[in-house]
Amino acid sequence: MAIQILMPALSPTMTEGTVAKWLVKEGDTIKAGDVIAEIETDKATMEVEAVDEGVLTQILVPAGTENVAVNTPIAMIEGEEQQAGATPAPTAASQPVTTKAPPASPAPAAPIAAQETEDMGPTQSQTVREALRDAMAEEMRRDPAVFLMGEEVAQYQGAYKVSQGLLDEFGAERVIDTPITEYGFAGLGVGAALAGLKPIVEFMTFNFAMQAIDHIINSAAKTLYMSGGQQSAPIVFRGPNGAASRVGAQHSQCYASWYAHVPGLTVVAPYSAADAKGLLKSAIRSPNPVVFLENEILYGRSFEVPTNEDWTVPIGKAKVVRKGRDVTIVAFSIAVAHALAAAETLAAAGIEAEVIDLRTLRPLDVETIVASVKKTNRVVSVEEGWPFAGMGAEIAATIMEHAFDWLDAPVLRVTGKDVPMPYAANLEKLALPGPDDVVAAVHAVTYR
Amino acid sequence: MAKTAAKKAEKVAGSPAAALLQHYRDMLLIRRFEEKAGQMYGMGLIGGFCHLYIGQEAVVVGMQAAIREGDSVITGYRDHGHMLACGMDARGVMAELTGRSGGYSRGKGGSMHMFSKDKRFFGGHGIVGGQVPLGTGVAFAAKYARTDAVCLTYFGDGAANQGQVYESFNMAELWSLPVVYVIENNQYAMGTAVSRASAQVELSRRGESFNIPGRQVDGMDVLAVKAAGEEAVAWCRAGKGPIILEMKTYRYRGHSMSDPAKYRSKDEVQKMRAEHDPIDQVRARLLGENLADETALKEIDREVKAIVAEAAEFAQHSPEPDPSELMTDITL
Repeated sequence: MAIQILMPALSPTMTEGTVAKWLVKEGDTIKAGDVIAEIETDKATMEVEAVDEGVLTQILVPAGTENVAVNTPIAMIEGEEQQAGATPAPTAASQPVTTKAPPASPAPAAPIAAQETEDMGPTQSQTVREALRDAMAEEMRRDPAVFLMGEEVAQYQGAYKVSQGLLDEFGAERVIDTPITEYGFAGLGVGAALAGLKPIVEFMTFNFAMQAIDHIINSAAKTLYMSGGQQSAPIVFRGPNGAASRVGAQHSQCYASWYAHVPGLTVVAPYSAADAKGLLKSAIRSPNPVVFLENEILYGRSFEVPTNEDWTVPIGKAKVVRKGRDVTIVAFSIAVAHALAAAETLAAAGIEAEVIDLRTLRPLDVETIVASVKKTNRVVSVEEGWPFAGMGAEIAATIMEHAFDWLDAPVLRVTGKDVPMPYAANLEKLALPGPDDVVAAVHAVTYR
Repeated sequence: MAKTAAKKAEKVAGSPAAALLQHYRDMLLIRRFEEKAGQMYGMGLIGGFCHLYIGQEAVVVGMQAAIREGDSVITGYRDHGHMLACGMDARGVMAELTGRSGGYSRGKGGSMHMFSKDKRFFGGHGIVGGQVPLGTGVAFAAKYARTDAVCLTYFGDGAANQGQVYESFNMAELWSLPVVYVIENNQYAMGTAVSRASAQVELSRRGESFNIPGRQVDGMDVLAVKAAGEEAVAWCRAGKGPIILEMKTYRYRGHSMSDPAKYRSKDEVQKMRAEHDPIDQVRARLLGENLADETALKEIDREVKAIVAEAAEFAQHSPEPDPSELMTDITL
C-alpha cells in the first residue's frame, strides 16, 4: 500500500516552505521516528520525522525546492504488509519535529501598494524582518555604543530570525544572548543606558515584557524627569507585539495603549518594511527610551525599502498611505493592512477612504489626523488591541478636542474584541478585527 | 572646611589616623544631616517619604573609601547618606528634600530620586530592588567600555528577597561583571525582621548557587567595611566578576517618618546605639589612641553643623521650581 508523505506545517499559519535536505534516499527502509528530511521556512528549520514505516519508493520533491505548499506530497512509502494497524490513508502527514522554534509566521503576502510614496531614493524589495535587521546592523556599524541583547538573539540568530547574521558581524560582546529573565535584563539594559550605552533590548514578544514593565516605565521613562533633566536613558525595547496566530491568550496581546499612556516613552508601531527600518534607526539614535512594537505576521511581508543607509523616518510623523475624500481611517501596525484592504473594497462601492498610518503612537501626530478629518469629516480607527482605554479612545478624544466642529458623524472604533484571546481558530478570527469590520464601520459613519 | 579638620592631622596626612578622622567627619555629616532632615520633616518642610540613614553611616563611608574616581554608585530610596558620601553637595540634597529649584533634581525628584553624573551617582530608586539590575547594567557598561571601573550596588535585606536580584546575580556572574553587591542588612524590611521574611538569613550566602562569593561584614565598624570593600573592589577590578558584601548594620529611626516602631523594642535600639554606634566607635578610637584630641573633634563637629545649617537654610530659601518646570524634562 503506497503512502504519501506530505509537506508538514510548523504552525497553522505556515502555508509553504523549502525542502532543504533529504536524509534518506529512494530504496531505504524507514521506521517510524526516523528523521527523513529537513524543511525550512524563513524563520526556522525543522526535521521531518517518519510516522509510517516501509520502503521509500520515490522522492517527489527534490532537496532545495522552495515554496512547497503545506500538504503537498513530497515522497512515497510502500508500506510493509505485515505491519499491523498501518494506516493506508493517503493523507497521513509526517510529524514535524521542531527545535524550540516559535510558531512560524504566515507566508509572505503581497503588500497592498501604498498610494502615496515618499521620496525614498533607490529602493529594494525587503521583508520587514530584513529591514529591521539592516537597521540594527547599520546603526551598530555607525555607533559602537549600540548593542543588542535578548533571548536567542545571538547564536540562534533570533527567535524570529530578526537578528540573523548580527553575531557573526559584531561578535558576542555586542550581540548578547540573555537568560530568560526579562525583568533582570531589561533593568540591566536601562542601567547600561544610564551609564552611556545605547542598548537595543529585544523581547521575544512583548507579552514577556510585562515582567519588565517596571523597568521600562519606572527606570527608563521617568528618570529624565526625576533627575531634573540630568540623566537620560537612551534605550530601545523592541519585539513583536499583538496577536500572532493561535497562540492563545497569554501570547496574544497588544500593548500599544499601555506604553502610549506613559510620559517619557516614545512608542513606535510601524507597518511597512521601509518604516520599520527608518523608524528603528531613528529609535536607536533617539536620546529617549523607545518602545518599538513590531508584528510577527508582518515580519515576512515585503515592501520597497530605501537602500540609502542615511535614510531615516522621523519619529512623531504619521503618513497618509492612501488619499481619499469621504472618510479617514486611522490605523497602525498590521491594522494598516486591514485599512488598506477595506479602502479597496470601499472604492469599488464608490467610497474614497483616506488611510493614515500613525507609525508613531507617542507622540501622536495630531496635525495629520486633524487635517484629514477636516477634509473627510468622518473617522474610523482600527487597532488589534482591546477597545477599553485603547488607542482608538485616545484618537476619538483627540479629534473631539481639535476638530469637533468638523465631524459629521461620531468617530467609530474597530478593535479587537474585549476578551482574552481565544485559541479556537474560528473564535480567534472573531476576536480580531479585519477588513470587513472596517468596511462596516465606514458604512456606518458615511451613512451609505 | 573639611580641610581645616584634616589640617589638625596634618602631621599624619595620608596616614591611617588622617583617614579615620576623615571617616569620622563624613559619618558625622550624614548623621547631622539626617537629624536635620528629620526635624524639617516634622516641621512640614519636607513632604512625602523620607527614609533616614541614621545608624548605617559606616557602610557608605567605608565603602566610598574603597573606591576611586570613575567608579559608580547606585542605591535604593534610603539614599541621602550615599549622596553625601559620594561628595554631592549637602545643600543640593537638602533642597531636593524640600522640593526646591536648588535641589539636585530641581525639586522634581524628591528624597528618593537624585542623580549626579559628575559623581557617577546613578540614583536614588524607589522600587524595592529596582536598582539591582540597573547597577548590574552600569557595571556592564564599564566592562563594555573596557575600563576597570566597578559599580557599588547597594540594597537592603528586604530587597534581597526580590526575584530581580537573582536575575541580576545570574547575569553578573555569567558575564563577569564588575559589581559589588552591598547588602545593607539593617535587620528590618520596613517592620519585618529578616528571620520573618527570609528562609536563608545569612544574606552573604545568597549568591552561592551562582558561584558569587559573599562576606559578612560588621557594618557598624567603618574600618571593617573599608577593608572588606577594598578586597571586594580588587576582586572586581581583577575581572573575577561580582561579589557580595553583607553589611550587618542597624537603623535607629523608623523605616520612614511614619513608623509605629511596634516591631522592635526601645531597649534593642538603645543597646545598639550604646554599644555599636559607628560614630562613637571611631570617636573613642581617635581619642583612645591619641590620634586626635577633643579640640580637633569639636572643630569637626562645628564644621559639620555649619554645613548642615547652611544646607537647611539654603533648602528653605531656594525658590520652588517655576511652574513652567512642570512640563519640561519629559523627553529630550
